[in-house]
Amino acid sequence: MQKIIEASDISKRFGETQALKDISFSVNESEIFGFIGPDGAGKTTLFRIITTLLLPDDGEMKVLGMDSKTEFKELRKNIGYMPGRFSLYQDLSVEENLNFYATVFGTTVKENYDLISDIYSHIEPFKKRLAGNLSGGMKQKLALSCALIHKPKLLVLDEPTTGVDAVSRSEFWEMLKKLKQYKITIIVSTPYMDEAMRCDRVALIQNGKILSIDNPEKIKQGYSRKLFSAKAPEKYKLIDALRKYPETITAYPFGDSVHVTFTGDKYDSSIYTYLGKLGINDAVISVTEAGIEDRFLELMNKAE
Amino acid sequence: MKRFLGFVKKEFLHIFRDFRTLIILFGIPTAQILIFGFVVSTDIKDAKVAFLDLSKDEVTQKISDKICSSGFFRRAGDLENYDEIDLVMKKGKAKAVVVFGANFGVDLISQNKATMSIIADGSEPNTATLITNYLTAIVTDFNREFAGSSLSDNLLVQPEVRMFYNPEMKGHFMFVPGVITLILTLICALMTSITITKEKEFGTMEVLLVSPLKPLQIILGKVTPYFLLSFINVIFILLLSFFVFDLPVKGSLVLLLAESMLYILMSLSFGILISAISKTIQQAIFISFLGLMLPTILLSGFIFPLENMPEAYDWVSAFLPPRYFIVIIKNIMIKGTGFLYVWKETLILMIMTTLFIGLSVRNFKLRLQ
Repeated sequence: MQKIIEASDISKRFGETQALKDISFSVNESEIFGFIGPDGAGKTTLFRIITTLLLPDDGEMKVLGMDSKTEFKELRKNIGYMPGRFSLYQDLSVEENLNFYATVFGTTVKENYDLISDIYSHIEPFKKRLAGNLSGGMKQKLALSCALIHKPKLLVLDEPTTGVDAVSRSEFWEMLKKLKQYKITIIVSTPYMDEAMRCDRVALIQNGKILSIDNPEKIKQGYSRKLFSAKAPEKYKLIDALRKYPETITAYPFGDSVHVTFTGDKYDSSIYTYLGKLGINDAVISVTEAGIEDRFLELMNKAE
Repeated sequence: MKRFLGFVKKEFLHIFRDFRTLIILFGIPTAQILIFGFVVSTDIKDAKVAFLDLSKDEVTQKISDKICSSGFFRRAGDLENYDEIDLVMKKGKAKAVVVFGANFGVDLISQNKATMSIIADGSEPNTATLITNYLTAIVTDFNREFAGSSLSDNLLVQPEVRMFYNPEMKGHFMFVPGVITLILTLICALMTSITITKEKEFGTMEVLLVSPLKPLQIILGKVTPYFLLSFINVIFILLLSFFVFDLPVKGSLVLLLAESMLYILMSLSFGILISAISKTIQQAIFISFLGLMLPTILLSGFIFPLENMPEAYDWVSAFLPPRYFIVIIKNIMIKGTGFLYVWKETLILMIMTTLFIGLSVRNFKLRLQ
């Protein structure tokens, strides 16, 4: 299979800050490849290097078989890029934005309408509205339509779901999945760990380094400890108490429960007495299966 | 080409959607022309003139009567000596004083020549210029009549005009050239630099860079609408000054428009240069104002005459394009001179334009920093 992106030992520094350090990875055709990591991990910098907007200090970046440094002109024609802040003209209407990007990329809306119809149909009723007056979810859909309008081979989405409501986020991932049938490779970054499961493969990135690359299921299975879930009506009091408990290794909030690990992967009834002393009498602790977030947190703690 | 036109269309949409941009484009020129125009009133009526007649003969009597019966002037009183001139002017009792020397009439008849002085209050320079012009015209008229009656060709009263308080009188009768320069500088440099940095600030530049658009297409696409609008603006200002204030273009209109195009191009390339080096809109505005607007207003001879400045400022202003453009349009519009008189300034502007275009294309980043 052809590699869409091949990155080897990419490094980039801005003054004192090492934004990326020896990053290597490859992306396959028609893959949804996710970069998960906290703010400031280096995701945007990496995406800008992929889209030829920045040059790496070190290392080689091959995108669609082309060198991002020397063949950037040809490469730019085949990339659809959606920057972190939706790059829309706020004072142009939905329709005008789309038409503009179509013309700039040398195509028309009509020509590639099938490709975007699924997405664009959601916002088409508002096509006369100025982009600045759209909701976050609609802006996101418009920006995606604009990035797709020239039928790029590679779609680069920098935090497309940030600042968008949960329903729109979910819809958005469904749309990305549908794009696979057009053989469009997608790389996407997100700070939301739960979105990792939606990708074919994910790379966990922190402080400019890739901690792990694999498909989400495998990453999840890499969890090394036995995980317990603790529940109590007063969740924050519970976390606090668990973190102070001497046998506790980690305790993180997870939904309405707390995910805890203990030394020796077990606990005994003395914990209930301990919690009881702190006024938490109705805590329930049970074994649970680790999710991808748990694995990420584990990897991130290890790296620090 | 289609890409380029699409880009230009988008820029026009930006301009016409933004109320503030429209105001800057068309409101400010109108306001400036009207304000400057009405401050520089071209009419005088019943202007107060005092007379210091040291001769007190028939001829001086005739001249002063002629002045006061013209409808433009009103006799503000007769003075006894030179010291009173300053006094009546300071008190604002007279805008001008006409002085006839001793033996005025005798000199005129015996030597065919006599000298009178017109002293005007230069603290209101525009009025002062008008008053002296009118007074001189009346005296010339008198000459003709007097010469006709005595059948002699050389009988002449020579008015000698002096300005009090502002002897230079320069830089005030040229508000239209000044406004054109200011507006062009403002629209071209400031607006272009803002519109390009705006793309940077809103992140749309990232996508434009990733698009197949060439840098030159982006720059030209940004600049074309402003070029057209600025040109329309020049015509608009000229029409306005012609119809509202009767200020015609004395020289060649084609030359004037061609020179304006050159200056527009210069300002636009300067604007692009500003946008290439600034990252935010604020920075662009700051550089435009400090680097261009203030020097234009202060040092280009628009408001303050260059001749009155210390030499150092003169040197600084030698690097400012508006200075040359003001000279060019002043020559063409007001003096009515041709290209031969402005070729040096034109050449300097051309060199500057080439320099700015070169620098801005060089500085336009194909990538982010």
